[in-house]
Amino acid sequence: MRAYHDLGGTPAGPIDRNEHELQLWEKRIEALLVLLTRKKILRIDENRRGLESLGNETYFGVSYAERRMLSMSNNLILKGVITVEELAAKIAQIESRVDPLP
Amino acid sequence: MSAAAAIATHAFQPGQTVHVRKVDSLGHIRTPHYIRGSTGVIERFVGFFKNPEELAYGRSGEPRCALYRVRFVQSQVWPDYSGAAGDTIDIDIYEHWLQPVNPS
Amino acid sequence: MSHDHHHDHGDHAHGHRHPNQPDHDDALTYYRKLEMAVRELLIEKNIISADEVRKVVEDIESRSPEGGARVVARAWSDPQFRQALLEDATAACTSMGFEMALYDVKLTVVENTPDVHNMVVCTLCSCYPRMLLGLPPAWYKSRAYRSRAVREPRAVLREFGLELGDDVSVRVHDSTADLRYLVLPMRPEGTERMTEAELIAIVNRDSMIGTAIVSPPIE
Repeated sequence: MRAYHDLGGTPAGPIDRNEHELQLWEKRIEALLVLLTRKKILRIDENRRGLESLGNETYFGVSYAERRMLSMSNNLILKGVITVEELAAKIAQIESRVDPLP
Repeated sequence: MSAAAAIATHAFQPGQTVHVRKVDSLGHIRTPHYIRGSTGVIERFVGFFKNPEELAYGRSGEPRCALYRVRFVQSQVWPDYSGAAGDTIDIDIYEHWLQPVNPS
Repeated sequence: MSHDHHHDHGDHAHGHRHPNQPDHDDALTYYRKLEMAVRELLIEKNIISADEVRKVVEDIESRSPEGGARVVARAWSDPQFRQALLEDATAACTSMGFEMALYDVKLTVVENTPDVHNMVVCTLCSCYPRMLLGLPPAWYKSRAYRSRAVREPRAVLREFGLELGDDVSVRVHDSTADLRYLVLPMRPEGTERMTEAELIAIVNRDSMIGTAIVSPPIE
């Protein structure tokens, strides 16, 4: 069976060549991945495996930055670097801030 | 190149014809599905690299695997290929995915 | 994924979420909260520091296709450098002052000739020579490019406006391992008198991915 991310040769339409400038939060996701890789906390191969475990719908339903963020978060929980409770509490804390955006 | 790599050996030489194993494997695989079962020619030996199929699960990736750049003729990869006869595709493939093809 | 409507955020309502377009910088989406939360937790745990994140973002922002263009222009101008680049691109680029260690991969340069046109794709994910070109364009990461570049490269090239004759072989590189590919495009005719600095200005990003060539400058 072909995995959903393994796209070579599968039917597809025209290529959308619109460019978009990455926003700061998207660049930060890339920076987090670089740092976690450099500190040997997360291998890029593990993040790829995480992307390949998101499921077809999520993988194609969210943006590139979003799916990389999901895979990174899942991997950090899997490795015990952060816990589900910590993450939930932190997100609630961010939502309660008067001016949450940096 | 690491000390481990210096004593390791690799099985294939440039110019040798190889067959990509047609394994329907689960797990984290870096050999694209579309090339499995195809026959190509070793373009070069690239070096020894940690095994991504192991690294993906948090293991060490040792022992390192020989990696090759393998060249395939497009019209043999895709039966309906519409380009020129000389068109090729190069793919980096780890040794355990390759089998020797004996010239007949 | 194809969309008939324009990619102009001003034209469509915020309730209609476009999967391939990021939200406005002022929208606090779930994923933005997730990024903030993970980053703050990692900082609180002293795994990373805010300063490190800032520095890596700066490094990412400092990389652009101009880096690759400098390498190409040098290779066009200096045959010895060109040889070194083709033999060991990581070492050659390090010698030009590029910080290559941030990315734990082996840069490989493939050279276009009158007989061979190289073109790069990553069908499995989005491997790209970020150290020299910066972050990949959206189309490079798209389902359509990743699907089609290996099976019908000439049709893809035509979409990019490049029609190659059958006397030129198209050589696709699928980046599947720890190698990152940069195409060394052919130096166009009529540029013999140009300086390295002038050459840098004519090398476009897509020519280093292989979906374009470098055109001679218009007089």
